[in-house]
Amino acid sequence: MSIPSAPHHPLSNTEVQRIRNDFPILDTEVNSRPLIYLDSGATSQNPLSVLEAEQEFYEQRNSAVHRGAHTLAVEATDAYEAARETIAAFVGAAVDEIVWTSNATEALNLVAYSFSNASVGRGGPAAERFVLGPDDEIVVTEMEHHANLIPWQELAARTGATLRWIPVDDDGALRLEDAAAIIGPATRVVAFTHASNVLGTINPVAELVAMARQHGALTVLDACQSVPHLPVDVHALGVDFMAFSGHKMLGPTGIGALYGSAELLNAMPPFLTGGSMITTVTMERAEYLEAPARFEAGTQRISQAIALAAAANYLTETGMHRVQDWEETLGRQLVEGLSQLPGIRVLGPAAGTERIGLAAFDVEGVHAHDVGQYLDHAGIAVRVGHHCAQPLHRRLGLTATTRASTYLYNTSDEVDAFLAAVANVRPFFGVK
Amino acid sequence: MSDDLQQLYQQIILDHAKERHGAGLLDHDGAGNQGQSHQLNPVCGDEITLRAVLVDNTLTSVSWDGAGCAISMSSASVLTDLVVGEDRDRVMDLVDEFRTVMRSRGRVPADEEVLGDAAALAGVSKYPARVKCAMLAWVALEEALLAANQ
Repeated sequence: MSIPSAPHHPLSNTEVQRIRNDFPILDTEVNSRPLIYLDSGATSQNPLSVLEAEQEFYEQRNSAVHRGAHTLAVEATDAYEAARETIAAFVGAAVDEIVWTSNATEALNLVAYSFSNASVGRGGPAAERFVLGPDDEIVVTEMEHHANLIPWQELAARTGATLRWIPVDDDGALRLEDAAAIIGPATRVVAFTHASNVLGTINPVAELVAMARQHGALTVLDACQSVPHLPVDVHALGVDFMAFSGHKMLGPTGIGALYGSAELLNAMPPFLTGGSMITTVTMERAEYLEAPARFEAGTQRISQAIALAAAANYLTETGMHRVQDWEETLGRQLVEGLSQLPGIRVLGPAAGTERIGLAAFDVEGVHAHDVGQYLDHAGIAVRVGHHCAQPLHRRLGLTATTRASTYLYNTSDEVDAFLAAVANVRPFFGVK
Repeated sequence: MSDDLQQLYQQIILDHAKERHGAGLLDHDGAGNQGQSHQLNPVCGDEITLRAVLVDNTLTSVSWDGAGCAISMSSASVLTDLVVGEDRDRVMDLVDEFRTVMRSRGRVPADEEVLGDAAALAGVSKYPARVKCAMLAWVALEEALLAANQ
């Protein structure tokens, strides 16, 4: 397998124009205006190579994997497992440390339900470190996406464990001084996001991992907004589990991945059970395969995995450092531009702080839905609402905000057009 | 901005979104039956609590407390203007009429004679994602009336 290599020079508007040619949807017109897509934080667009990988699979290799001995089944299995190698390499993991899931939400639920199953005795002595009870604590943060909050709420409710959370300050930054008091001897799991989908902040993973380790707690990282946008080396981060979604990193919907060290994954009882994850089955019981197969019950998301590998290759060929730098430029332009507009409050740390290329903001006197409608009319796609982070919005005294999120295919001209449109929102709605 | 957007956000809508007739929940003074309903749009967090008072089958008072977009808030305001003083069956007919317009994707015109200022919301029907915003107060009124009759 050849590993694609990226150029070293930074991305420029000229090069981004070439990148845009790989994304057919970016030529779309919305409301008779050229689409300006600033909603990649919700879902990203697909380059032709991803669309072609999926089509090629269906045209030439479509078959179930890990069963059947015919030629197509062998080819499909090879392509599917090669995709796992690509994704593992993309995040710095070993191939047996990557479990395919439908998305990050399912990956996080997989971990939570494995804890739950261990807590009712499944998995035997090997799974003891996943057993939770009334004396145990699960720690999350106040800035979590619902996907990294509700599975832990439910796990706490099922096991009797206590859910605690690290608060954020008025700027939306994690209060690390509080974290040191919250993460303690009773803590068994610390689940937190790498980069906030609302604030854009990048959390101090090393510090949180160190606090968790000190007390023997396992760490779970929601990497949905980091893996697509910056180089991620999961072993260097030192977390025990990491979840991410394919559709936010130029891949198709319906595919995501869970990283876990092989040792932990092999000690965890399975979540979904059924075909292809077993060794021996009797009418009474079953023995399970090693990870990752033990977590991949049923016919898998084969074309999606293969297409996701094409997405990872596209990103690697472009260069994740270059993607990160380009989005940092666009993010700075976004935050600085919005901050200069009257009546606009940008959430999260002020301009100048490290963040991914997104900005959520409140327009004084105009509801986010109306802001989004106005921008849509100008051909600009943004996300409005609570962005699946109601507790964070409540903490910041808001119910809904507007979020613009960039990716490698956005230009600074697009950000300028967006800023010009936002400047017109309050006048349009008659807000002075 | 073009006509489409101005058609959606007519001045009358923006005015109602600011003035909000009926805003501020009224305490029931004891005459007749009161019903209350709370409605939430989980997509955007828009919400409304609406109180209705029926005296001898006549809707004598509508008051509400809400937070949300210009569409949802103006809709609650025009609804208040439209229905207070009407008898219950007439109110239900008006809600049905408004719902029919909203669900029509722009095919059913709104009769200003019947719907009053609410007719200005007809443009919303071309934006399926916003119909729920416009319907929020109307659904709350339907439920409040049911509650008042119990």
